[in-house]
Amino acid sequence: MTETASAPAQTESVDEFAARARAWLADNMPSIDPANPPEHDRGEEQPWLRARELQKKLYEGGFAGICFPREYGGLGLSIAYQKAFNEESRNYEMPVILNTPTFTICAATILDTGSEDQKHQHISAVLRGDEVLVQLLSEPSGGSDLAGVITRADRRGDKWVINGAKTWSTSAFAADYGLMLARTNWDVPKHEGLTMFLVPINSPGITLRRIKQVNGSVEFCEEFFDNLELGDDAVVGEVNGGWHVASRQLHHERRAVGGGSEFASGIGAEGKSDVPIDYVALLATLGQDDNERLRELAGRALVHRAVRDQLIDHVYHGVLDGSLPPAAGSIIRVTHAEIHHLEIDTVLAITGSAGVVDGGDDLIRYGDRYLSRQASALGGGTTEIAKNIIGERILGFPREYAADRGVPFNQVKRNKG
Amino acid sequence: MTETNPERLLFASTTQSFLEKEAPLSRLRELHQAGISFEADWWRRAAELGWTSLLVPEHLGGGSVSGDGVADLALVAELVGRTVAPGPLHPVSTVLAGLAEAPENHQETIESLVSGEVVGSWAVYEPGKPWSPLDAAVTATRTATGFRIDGVKDRVEAGVDSGVLLVVAQCDGAARQFLVSTDLPGIRVEPQRSIDLVKSYARVHFDGVEVDESAAVGSAEQTPDLIARQSQIAQVLQCAEVVGILDTVLAFTIQWGFDRHSFGRPIGSYQALKHKYADLKIWFESCRATSNAAVAAVAARSPDADLAVSVAKSYVGEHAPGMLQDCVQLHGGIGVTWEHDLHLFLRRTTLYRSMFGTPDEHNLRVYDLTKELEPA
Repeated sequence: MTETASAPAQTESVDEFAARARAWLADNMPSIDPANPPEHDRGEEQPWLRARELQKKLYEGGFAGICFPREYGGLGLSIAYQKAFNEESRNYEMPVILNTPTFTICAATILDTGSEDQKHQHISAVLRGDEVLVQLLSEPSGGSDLAGVITRADRRGDKWVINGAKTWSTSAFAADYGLMLARTNWDVPKHEGLTMFLVPINSPGITLRRIKQVNGSVEFCEEFFDNLELGDDAVVGEVNGGWHVASRQLHHERRAVGGGSEFASGIGAEGKSDVPIDYVALLATLGQDDNERLRELAGRALVHRAVRDQLIDHVYHGVLDGSLPPAAGSIIRVTHAEIHHLEIDTVLAITGSAGVVDGGDDLIRYGDRYLSRQASALGGGTTEIAKNIIGERILGFPREYAADRGVPFNQVKRNKG
Repeated sequence: MTETNPERLLFASTTQSFLEKEAPLSRLRELHQAGISFEADWWRRAAELGWTSLLVPEHLGGGSVSGDGVADLALVAELVGRTVAPGPLHPVSTVLAGLAEAPENHQETIESLVSGEVVGSWAVYEPGKPWSPLDAAVTATRTATGFRIDGVKDRVEAGVDSGVLLVVAQCDGAARQFLVSTDLPGIRVEPQRSIDLVKSYARVHFDGVEVDESAAVGSAEQTPDLIARQSQIAQVLQCAEVVGILDTVLAFTIQWGFDRHSFGRPIGSYQALKHKYADLKIWFESCRATSNAAVAAVAARSPDADLAVSVAKSYVGEHAPGMLQDCVQLHGGIGVTWEHDLHLFLRRTTLYRSMFGTPDEHNLRVYDLTKELEPA
């Protein structure tokens, strides 16, 4: 059990906590201009080293893992304290790239489903800045049908031997461990034969490659497993109980992607392209301050942006007080993508040809962003799957027909070729 | 969010049973048939339940159940939305919102509005002009004993049924408001039909209408703030009522998705329709979230209240009518019949979309407010 010297008393009010955080941040963390934050390109090595350093400082100062339990190195406080800390830390450089997936998805899932040893080891390590975690879920054979994974884990003696491939893992090259879903029983229906493993990324038997996206980013990776050997201590949850663990990951992911996780610390942008679009400055740059049509377009985007933030708060509290089911995270998920689309479409409309031919004013970056617009409706589960979830698990409509339901996985039809 | 305040829960259940008993949709159709907007006695009983006292401080004869009158009033509006009930809740509340801020010389009017004996309305729109509450062509000219009012207002809700109007007029080069009794000489009230079944509006002509000095509401300096507050109340009431409408319509449209079968399946099992339903749920929760945020900002008199209200008014106005049309589509042909109740809800929702500022107008407002907040 880890205790820091300055761990707050249980009775400290949110305001007192915020005041203490304010003073500590001023003395210890590098200040930044939140409108022009340092670039944390997840595709580079350096930002990850920097994030680990910053996280270590937070841990030593007693401000790491505000909503994680005390016995695993956190502070065990409510989201009100995390929100207050987020406000206070707005003008400081924070290890924001550790939020997702390390804290909000992976550590949150280990907290839900891991063994005591795994919790003590990994949650403490991520809060200390010693570990970065990733998800190894999607496979080249398909994205939305996660339970249909075909990476295999075969029992040989007292070891598990892994063969297969994973893809779309965020920054796996910079990570220490990955939550990896593999098939351990092929004779039962797809959900019943899966097991989750916690895999050390730098193991012999894993070959890692970068994926280059339309916008040039190389943050995502694919991994090939070639007789990777793991022990029983690598199993998270139960053998053949991997779907339960994966479901917790998906749950945490939907909340995190929309910005609704209490485990995220710091709300700043990851770099210039992540800063909310400043329409007023943009219209000034274009000499269109007085263009009513463009002001109205921009105003509409600002309205939708504000409603997205209000919705996140509304759904968070609705799930807490039971007026909305946990699946309501999918409402945030879809809205996040749709507002992102609206903003990208709006900025493309406002910039006109300056967004597609470089006039030396760097407005072409908005054209570049348009090209990868759909990423926000694909990553973390597609909009279409999220709408199925809303229709079926929130509204209760009958589930979609699935040809593989109740069928042993080895009899299920798979991709041709 | 789940309501937990016990006083407000009791108030809500009393209001709800009154509305279910005294203002069901069948009653709305009867009133429409008879050409009646609302019954004066019905409104007095609604006032007795406390609907009109919520924005008025206790020393002026008002009071709210929870201590947060704006939130209580928004709750009434939401419940009203469930049956698209008739009545002058919005115009009376809007007038009281102004008078409560500047009650001098108007205590008697406040009392009569709170008791429901008298109906009042805000005369703010002018023929042919969009929503621009401070920009009045109606004039108030100083006389020996007070003011003379000339000009034309329109889109005055419940204007035909109002005993008193709060009139925005230009006076000495600035917007002012005057409380004008509708039985004064020189006033002519012409009814205007709206697309709602019962909500009626009026064009009001002021032809040399003489009022006393005491008719003025607040000072010239105070007036922009009063008008801002009245606008906020009018707009959040619309948003809250539309949330009540959407909640009700979505509930029966979702039920329809389970009950209605085609090709041997409930129609809600088809993915194209399931996704449409999912969109409706997403937009509904968004409407509720932004409406709640606007109510909270107005209740707290937050410096961001204007922004929060315009955000909500734009979003709800942009989405709600289309959501109702989606519900019509999900119902099929029955949805476009007079017999089905959907159009009662569609009418009120469409009316509110365009009154007190269209989504486009509020988008511009949000842009301008955002620009004002930015460092130069």
